[in-house]
Amino acid sequence: MAIAEQQTSSQATQGAGDRSWHGIVLQTLKRNEISLIPYVPDRVLTPLIKNLHADPFFTTFATAREEEAVGIVSGAWMGGRRGAVLMQTSGFATLANVLASLAVPYQIPLIMFVSERGTLGEFNYGQSLVCRTMRPVLDSLALEHHTITRLDELEFIADRSIKQAVTTQAPVALILNPLLTGGKVFDK
Amino acid sequence: MNQELDNRNTKVMNRFDVTSRLIAKLRNEEAVIGGIGNTNFDLWAAGHRPQNFYMLGSMGLAFSIALGVALAQPERRVFALEGDGSLLMQLGALSTIAALKPKNLTMIVMDNGIYQITGAQPTPAANVADIVAIAIGSGLANSAWAADEEDFERLVDDAMAASEPNLIGVRIDDKPGVGTTRRDPVQIRERFMHGLGVREPL
Repeated sequence: MAIAEQQTSSQATQGAGDRSWHGIVLQTLKRNEISLIPYVPDRVLTPLIKNLHADPFFTTFATAREEEAVGIVSGAWMGGRRGAVLMQTSGFATLANVLASLAVPYQIPLIMFVSERGTLGEFNYGQSLVCRTMRPVLDSLALEHHTITRLDELEFIADRSIKQAVTTQAPVALILNPLLTGGKVFDK
Repeated sequence: MNQELDNRNTKVMNRFDVTSRLIAKLRNEEAVIGGIGNTNFDLWAAGHRPQNFYMLGSMGLAFSIALGVALAQPERRVFALEGDGSLLMQLGALSTIAALKPKNLTMIVMDNGIYQITGAQPTPAANVADIVAIAIGSGLANSAWAADEEDFERLVDDAMAASEPNLIGVRIDDKPGVGTTRRDPVQIRERFMHGLGVREPL
């Protein structure tokens, strides 16, 4: 938990100059006028979720299921407001139906941030198995996805991917790897 | 629908008739989201409007999609039509809506206790659960059964002026939808965006 905790404790400096992974994600969302953020929480995402809640630019709220969040941002997009969904790997695993029957066929620029569990030190066998379903599902629908491992690449990948999703009207999944976030290690 | 067990004293109405009554009341380009299957078939059959959105999958998400529209356009009233079987897939959405309190969202549940379109199998809730009680228990205090067609119209009128999200339960018969929506998702989405004033046609 050491890396993640260090990054969490640095959130006191959160703001335009914050170069933590979650500071960069928040600023990239804001710069792209993405203001509606439904999420199902995840330990690693906690500093990002906390800072989104604290920033009045964003409407940030929990949903009971990830597909509910996908429905909400899809409706908001059609109404002229941009959103993004935050979730964990296991939450992505619940989305095949809504991706294949709503986001893809209706050409909705669904922007997903997925905190990656199940790899690089996973302690829960179920998480490691569900993680293996994620990229095959994304690839089976030919969805754009990037696994972000480096802080110096995060802003470029996130900013360009959001713009591409909007202009091509296609979903994108940005997978936040433990190499970027520190991940979650041991039973905690 | 087990008539004997029902003690709500509500009339069994018809989905197409009730949907048509709702559409006839719309004067201000209100958005209407039609849930999967018969619910959007009857919305289509009631007469296409640019402010209608028809779901062709993602069962259970009509209220969630409508919530997104309501949050994006708080000055526009948004109606969502959903079947009881669909709603059972996404009961958590009721609490999300209750927590966010959009003042411009009205949810209508067409409850026949069956999955009509797949062969009229009863839902697990059919004889044991009360959709309106579930909604109230989920935090949507402004939820009520429509006693009959006139009462439905009165509840819609109330909804037009409501300052909190509201839900109307309608007991319906086992009839299939009257029409069939043209299954062209891109065109449905694009025309809906035109209808909401988000985009201009090419």
